[in-house]
Amino acid sequence: MSDSAGVKDVQAGKAPEIKGTTESELSAGDRQKIVTPEYMFFEAPRERAFITGSEAAKEAIRRSNVDVAISYPITPQSETMQQVGSLWAEGYVKEYFRGEEEIGVMSAIAGSSRAGARSMTATAGPGLMRGMEVIASWPGGRIPAVLLIMCRVVNAPLAIQPDNVELAYLLNSGLILFHGENQQDFFDYTMKAFIISERPEITLPVAVAVDGFFVTHARGYVSMPSKDIKLPPRDPYAEAVPAMDNENPPARLSRDAPIQKSNFISYQVHASWQQEVWAANERSRRYINKYMGGLIEVVNPDAEIMLIASGSAVSQSREAVRQAEEEHHTKIGLIKVRSLRPFPTPELREACKHAKRIIVPEFNYMGWLHREIVTALYGYSKAEIVPGPRVYGGMSMPTEMILQTIFPHKKFVF
Amino acid sequence: MQLKRYNIRMAGIGGQGVVTASHILSNGMVINGGESTLVPFFGSEKRMAPVESYVRIAIDKIYEIGEIIYPNVIMIFHPQVITHGKSYTMPFYSGLKQNGVVLINSDTPIPLQPDEVRELEERQARIHYLPATTMAREVGGTDLATNMAMVGAIASILGIPSMESLEQSVRERFLGKGFVVSGGTAALDNVIEKKFAKKEQLLKSNMAVISAAYQYAQDHGWAAKTEKASV
Repeated sequence: MSDSAGVKDVQAGKAPEIKGTTESELSAGDRQKIVTPEYMFFEAPRERAFITGSEAAKEAIRRSNVDVAISYPITPQSETMQQVGSLWAEGYVKEYFRGEEEIGVMSAIAGSSRAGARSMTATAGPGLMRGMEVIASWPGGRIPAVLLIMCRVVNAPLAIQPDNVELAYLLNSGLILFHGENQQDFFDYTMKAFIISERPEITLPVAVAVDGFFVTHARGYVSMPSKDIKLPPRDPYAEAVPAMDNENPPARLSRDAPIQKSNFISYQVHASWQQEVWAANERSRRYINKYMGGLIEVVNPDAEIMLIASGSAVSQSREAVRQAEEEHHTKIGLIKVRSLRPFPTPELREACKHAKRIIVPEFNYMGWLHREIVTALYGYSKAEIVPGPRVYGGMSMPTEMILQTIFPHKKFVF
Repeated sequence: MQLKRYNIRMAGIGGQGVVTASHILSNGMVINGGESTLVPFFGSEKRMAPVESYVRIAIDKIYEIGEIIYPNVIMIFHPQVITHGKSYTMPFYSGLKQNGVVLINSDTPIPLQPDEVRELEERQARIHYLPATTMAREVGGTDLATNMAMVGAIASILGIPSMESLEQSVRERFLGKGFVVSGGTAALDNVIEKKFAKKEQLLKSNMAVISAAYQYAQDHGWAAKTEKASV
């Protein structure tokens, strides 16, 4: 690696967090060189590997200078946090333990984050539901942390397959929510999530979701920078709410709870607090644009028929776009929604200005993305916004279902 | 013109190595410089229970993930998939696309119901009967190589992956990835040497079955017929 701008050359044994440590006591993580996020994300040479989504998450965490990782098993997430455990054994993660269950894990994440440690966990489906009580309180607690989610069925009849209805429950929680398409996204979004989460003007938890099995247990090509470099450490004193220590008392919210005040003070505190949480959520746009190439990606922007999708539905849509063009000589547009919160409202209004039909393929029954899109485009588009196609219970969507919706007069499904 | 991609559904019964066959075909395609994804599908793992595996192989980029609902290639590893309905997808050709390929392991054509014959004709399906188990027994010395015959024949019919890639894939499957035969092998202790000799033997007979089935499909002109198949 060159000593180009952006690479902070921290000599082994001289990094601030390991003062007084002798060379032989250094962990693998201590030996990694700290680089700027810009260098890590854009400049560092990358090599391609054919790995599972769980392994991609592990490799992202290896390079993210993580202090605390807390696990609790649930399919299809278990493999990821198990791999993070081996990162701890190798010395890339400072603390790692298994929590009591998800409420315990999410509470412990709140505690370790408030104490200033870069903290992460991962869960899936019913585990997310169980942890939800605490997760919903993170944004108001201004907890910078990263939550990885591997979607699976949560509603009855229960299954372990990758239905992604659980993301609907997170949309109104106040946290920042990304939905990755594949293993590469899982690697990239996870590292970027730490940096976005800890920005002083944001100071919010970031959840990175992928559809279970399709991404977590399947292999795909992932380009990664060297494992000898890592992101800079968290600076908890620069954030909107400084870390708790002997000099900084707990944030006023927990020390002096509004619930102990008169109703009217309580209402006022809640209003201003939530206003600030959502304003912070919106402020993340700047960094999503900078680090992730925007809240959306657009393929064939001039097409009259536009597909809008997130997660694995994007992969199926890409194949439908390819087949529509190669075999049916029709250009179909595709908008990949990377960020669900903040939601790309202005971006979608702009990208759909010309559209005559908008099709929203989804991997869940009730179609939360369709509702979000309808809300965003209301009054801004005359296009027909088709609710579907959809698959349920974690089935994968045959490309033919998307083609059938695009070309209603041809026969694709039988 | 050769097709760029095939969506393959394999159906067989537990113990036949359907999932192994899908891994060998899939990895062979990656070794060949293409792309491939696979999803196995089975209930509790036991002999004679239905097993399916879905494999996508392509010369260029594959975006899709998950099970294949509308295959253009179907491989039936055991006649009971059809005659006893040992399958997750009934009838055995459900979802088959126009001009699709069906490769069935059976010494003789299986009598089908009139409805089934009509539907297969409507789809202009190309049905090939391969005596895979007989071939495995005669060439490889064991029924267990049935899956190898199926892999060899399908590679011959589709034209991908190449025999060299398949051989490498079988080698990686049975001898471990990145295995290189070298002089150093001689230095291995007796136990490993014995084990290695056995595995090398296994590899040889598997490759013999793959080659025989590959040639069988060539001799019967099955390869030429796939040109018109559509994705």
